[in-house]
Parts: sequence; C-alpha cells; structure tokens
Amino acid sequence: MLESIWFLLWGLLWAIYFMLDGYDLGLGTMMPFLAKNEKERKAIYKSIGPFWDGNEVWLITAGGVTFAAFPKAYAVMFSGLYTALMLLLIALIIRGVAFEFRGLVESEWARKLWDKAMVVGSFLPGLLLGVAFANIFMGIPIDENGVFQGNLFTLLNPYGLGGGILFVLLFAQHGCLWCAVRTDGELNERAGNLAATLWPVVAAVYIAFLALTGVYTKLLSNYLTYPALLLIVLIPVFAIVKVRTLIAARKWWKAWAASSVLIVSTTMFGVIGLFPALLPSSINPAYSITIHNAASSQLTLKIMLTVALIMVPIVIGYQFWMHKVFATKITDEDLGY
Amino acid sequence: MDVLMLSRLQFAMATMFHFIFVPLTLGLSIMVAVMETMYVRTKKDIYLRMTKFWGKLFVINFVLGIVTGITLEFQFGTNWSRYSEYVGDIFGSLLAIEATVAFFMESTFLAAWIFGWKKLSPKMHAACIWIVAIASNISAVWIILANGWMQNPVGYVIRNGRAELDNFYEVITNPFAWGQFFHNGFAAFMVASFFVMGVSAYHLLRKNEVEFFSKSFKMGLIVAFIFSILVAAQGHHHAQTVAKMQPEKLAAMEALWDDHPDGAPMYLLAMPDEKNEKNSIELFGLPGALSFLAFNDFDAPVKGLKSWPKEDRPPVTITFLAFRIMVGLGTLFPLLAVWGWMKRKELMENKLYLRIMLFSIPLPYIAIWAGWAVAEVGRQPWIVYGMMKTSDAVSPIATSQVAFSFIALTTLYTLLGACEIYLLARFARRGPEPEKA
Repeated sequence: MLESIWFLLWGLLWAIYFMLDGYDLGLGTMMPFLAKNEKERKAIYKSIGPFWDGNEVWLITAGGVTFAAFPKAYAVMFSGLYTALMLLLIALIIRGVAFEFRGLVESEWARKLWDKAMVVGSFLPGLLLGVAFANIFMGIPIDENGVFQGNLFTLLNPYGLGGGILFVLLFAQHGCLWCAVRTDGELNERAGNLAATLWPVVAAVYIAFLALTGVYTKLLSNYLTYPALLLIVLIPVFAIVKVRTLIAARKWWKAWAASSVLIVSTTMFGVIGLFPALLPSSINPAYSITIHNAASSQLTLKIMLTVALIMVPIVIGYQFWMHKVFATKITDEDLGY
Repeated sequence: MDVLMLSRLQFAMATMFHFIFVPLTLGLSIMVAVMETMYVRTKKDIYLRMTKFWGKLFVINFVLGIVTGITLEFQFGTNWSRYSEYVGDIFGSLLAIEATVAFFMESTFLAAWIFGWKKLSPKMHAACIWIVAIASNISAVWIILANGWMQNPVGYVIRNGRAELDNFYEVITNPFAWGQFFHNGFAAFMVASFFVMGVSAYHLLRKNEVEFFSKSFKMGLIVAFIFSILVAAQGHHHAQTVAKMQPEKLAAMEALWDDHPDGAPMYLLAMPDEKNEKNSIELFGLPGALSFLAFNDFDAPVKGLKSWPKEDRPPVTITFLAFRIMVGLGTLFPLLAVWGWMKRKELMENKLYLRIMLFSIPLPYIAIWAGWAVAEVGRQPWIVYGMMKTSDAVSPIATSQVAFSFIALTTLYTLLGACEIYLLARFARRGPEPEKA
C-alpha cells in the first residue's frame, strides 16, 4: 500500500517538475525566436528570473524521493543513464550560472556567450529528460543484477528520440505562454503567435508519439485491464484542445494553466501505465525494477510520507505566493529603463 | 585509472568545489540578515548600503553553491549506485528531507529577496533573508546528519541484504553528526568573517568609504572573535568523539604506529613514512599528551595503526597533514582575531594588520577543506564506517563514462571558478553604491 502511494507521489513529483521547470526551460530555448533586441532579452530573463531556481528544486526533490523511497530504482536509473544525466547536469549548471553572470557582465561578447549558454542549457534538459522517460516507458536493457547493458546510443532509438522531441515542443509552447503572461506589447504578441504556430506541431507530434507508444511500449496494458483508467486519458486530450482555444481567445494565464495540465497529465499517463514497474527491463520482464523489489522499508516510507504530507503543502503554499507576487506584467521600470 | 579511483577523484573534486561556496553562504547569509535588520530598525542608510553590497557578493556566491550541489546529489546514484542501493533506506531519506524542508525554502525566498526590493515591505524583505539564512543552516543539518551517519552509522538493522532504518530518532540525534555540524557551522562563520574583513581591509588600505568598511570590518571582527574560539573549543570536543568512535582515524591523524597501553605521547614534529610503517622524523615528544588530549587522562591507552590490517588503515600521510593544517590554522585564527580586537580603535593606522587580513581570506577555506579531508580520507577504506567499503560502493559502469564526466566537470568547474573569482573580485573592489544625495 505504502509502496503504491509512493509510486504515485514519485510520478507526481516528476510531473510537477516538468510542469514548473518546463516553462522556464522552454522559454530559455525559445529566446532566440522571441527576443529581437536587448530590451526584450532582458524581459525574458526577468520573466523567469525569480522562479527558475525554486522550480529546479523539484528536480532535486524528485531525485531525492527516488533515492529515499526506491533506492534500487535510483541506483539503476542514475548509474544506467550515466552519460545522459551528466549532460543534463552540465546543461543545468551552465544555465544556472548564466542567469547570474549574464546580468553582471558588461561586454557585448560576454553577454552573447551567456545567452548561448542559456539556450543550450535550456534546450538540452528537455531533450534528455524526454529521451530518458520515453526509454523508461519502453523498457531499458537491465540484466538480472540491475546492471544497465547499453550506452548513450542505446537510448537514442526512434521512440526515445520521439519522447525527446515531444518534451522539447511541450516545454517550448509552455514557455511561450509564460512569456505571453508576463509581457506586453510586441513581445507579448510574438510569444502568443509563436505559441499558436507551435500548437499544430505539438498536437501532431503528440498523436504520433501516442501511436508509437502503442507500438513500442506496454503502457496501454494497465489501461486495457482497467478500462475506467481510460477516463484519465481524456484529461490531456481535453487540455490540448483547451490550449488551442485559450490561445485564440488571448487568455494567457488560462492557456498556460491548460498547458500545465497537459504536461502533468501526460506524465501521469505514462507513470500509471508503468505501474508497478519503475524501470521495466527490456531484456526480461522478470529483471524489471518494481515497487516490490525496490521500495524502502515500511518505516522509512512512513516517515517520508509524514514529512511529505506536512512539507509539500507548505512548499506549494509559498511557491504559489511567490508566483502571485512576482508573476506580474514586466514594466519598463523592472528593466531599469 | 579504474572506475573506483576516477569516481573518488570526481567526488572529491566536486565536493571541494561545492565547498568553496557553501560555508560562505552559511555564514554570510546571517551577517547580511543582521545588517538588514539593523537597517529596518534604525532606518540608517549605511545599513541598507551594507546589506546591498554584501548581499550582492552573497548572491554571486550562492548560485554556484546551488548548481554544484545538484551534481553531488546525483553522483550518489551515478557513481556510487551500490552504495545508494545498500543504504538508500536511511541515507536517501535524509537527502530527500533536506530538499523538502530546506532547499525549497532557500531557493524560493532568496529569489524573493533578490527581486523583492520594490515589491515587498522592508520588514517582509528582511524576513526573506532571515528565512534564507535559517533554511541554509537547516539544510546543513540534514546533509551533515547524512554524512554523520556514514561516519557513525546508528539506528539501522541489516535486513533484506541492505541497511534498513530501525530507529529514526537515533539517526537524527547521532552525537557524531551533531559534533560535525557545530564544528562545520562555526567554521563557516570563520570563512564569512574573514571574507568580510579581507574585503573591508582592501578598501580601508585605500581609504575608500572608511566609515562603511570600518563598520563592516568590526562586524566581521566580532564574528571572528566569537567563532574562532568556539570552533577551536568545539573542535577539541569533536576530536575526542573521533578518538572514541573511530580509533584508526585518531591513529592516522597523529601518525601513531604502535600501541601505547600506558599513555601515548604527542610529537611536535613528525613525518609519517607509510611504506615502512613508522615516522621518518619524530621529535619533541610530550609524554602522555595525546592520551590526555584524546581522553582527558595522561595514562589512557591509545591504539596504534599496526593494530589494524594494512588494508583497513586510512591513508596516513594525507590524514596526518590535513589534520595539522587544520589545527595550525585553527590556532592562528583566534590570535588574528584577538590582535584585531585589541587594535580595533586604530584600525586605519594598522597597515600591516590590514594587509595580513586581506591576504588571509583564503585561510579559513583551506582550514575547512583540510577538516573535511581528515573526516573523509580518515574514514577510508570505509564509505560507511565499519559497514561498507568504498571499493564495494562504486557503480558497475564503464571507465570511459567516468573519464568523460570527470574531464568535463573539471574543465567546466575550472572555467566557472575563474569567472566566479573574477566577478567576486570585481564587485568587491568596486565597493558599495554611492550614497544617496
């Protein structure tokens, strides 16, 4: 029972991470297409400046919870996907530093360099996380000892790459909507238009990815066993349609919220399909890492659950406050003009 | 080199780099919080300028602390997967709790502080930096509880082929861990106070913003005065805990080879020779001194390194030298603080002292690194003392992967370290924003 609760929480934490860091990663990726001058670039940095760090802690927590609740899954996942994770780390490092250092340097070339770091450091995490999760959905080559029998290129299969592209696109659209939320005038216009342009691409890739999911993975079997679960699948379908209509209505906050629902429900769709496996083995299903062979002791799960039930609502509370106070339209005064 | 050696080097490099930023964050956050509180209470412009100037240096430092911290959390899984699997039940939960109770708070409220100058009331703004300061120190508690468990594992049973949590209360009240926490926390204040004094000394030597930097220097001096004594006193206490709980670490710290059943001496000058299991130099022995320092009894028996099989002994030379560097600097700090305290009224005339303090900025960093080297190298060959060897903890992965990440991370960290020092130096030299007219 506790294992199952933690499995859902594990999935949910990753989903919240994708939802929150998704918009700042996506906006960082889209910056070259959105900002035409220094003032607009500054506005983009300002629009995610107060939030990216708090958002990224959800990754630490998702990683930490994997470690605490399912140590074996953490060990196999992180050592198995070694190079991908190292690339993710390097991307997040140069990106985090870019936020700080870009504002402190004065020369044109140094600013340009940090802008590049920002774009690459924002694009890579979406891609790598998408590739990683698609591979997990599909199953990775783990042997009977939980040792990963592959390398970075094993992960770059068509389905894995499909997942990577889908994540990058979902984040990009999410980021454009955030930009529209926080800006006025031309930049707002451009961000809204770009989100509208991205929508059919996102929808097409989404449908293609779902079709590939049927071919490459066993995610659907849980849904077929319990057809009631199929109702859950309606959520992303509804959300993706809502994103389109809300963009057309120029309701940016609501469009962003719909996009958040889309990202969370898409992740949860995969997670529920995985259950009870955390990391299915593509070599032999018997070698899979599941909640049964990977969970921590009952005592640890109980203590962790208590901590989570107390702390997570508090965290959500102050992060919500933070968004309420700081996610207002950026003015010229904010930019120092 | 094999996966084990590369992983150890990578971990050592990543922790040491991370530990340039953490202690300054721990100490300086509280100093900045005090400055801002003084501003809120007195409304004097100078405290606002102090808050902004030192706050800016704090923020430049903070970001690298965060991004390098993520690397560390991930590395347990990437490089030490067998360790993670074996002890995740306990160790993993401590890290997860740290993230939920402290890291979120730190990151969120620091952003509120940086961006909130106009959006928040002065009181709320000051509250934000206090929350950051408190959360950073709470974060240190959980991280050190995790490390302390590796030093002195408690509250567990071996079940299902791994260490499982048995008594959470024991884990969070681990006396070894709390000893480490206070020692490390006090040392963090040393780092911060020497940083503040060093930067202030630079400006005072140039007669730049004398009032501003005299005030800052004095604040640093008070902190250094209090904490240099606390860190030494508490360090002695902690060393006694080590003597009791990790006798081979004590033997390595002192390069003591033979058993001394009736009291062990301490040598003022010694140099270990690991190959021949003796000291190549051994001069000025004080009889019974080691026994007294470690156990408050001149005749207490102390075990020598030869009591343990060779493969179970920590690397002696590194542990021995690191311990001496730490203790040597730890003796110097109170002297410097007392000197400054006596001359605090005529700081400006004391060019020599100011110059010494300017060049002393790196010393507490070196001391704190050496301290961690004693703690971590001295624990070898165990990753969890007495329970799991480091060589059994490493991930079953290809050497080439670790070689790649080691080179990539080292290059990246070197570049970032250079940028960081450049920026810190530039903003420190530039001084505070000019007074409002």
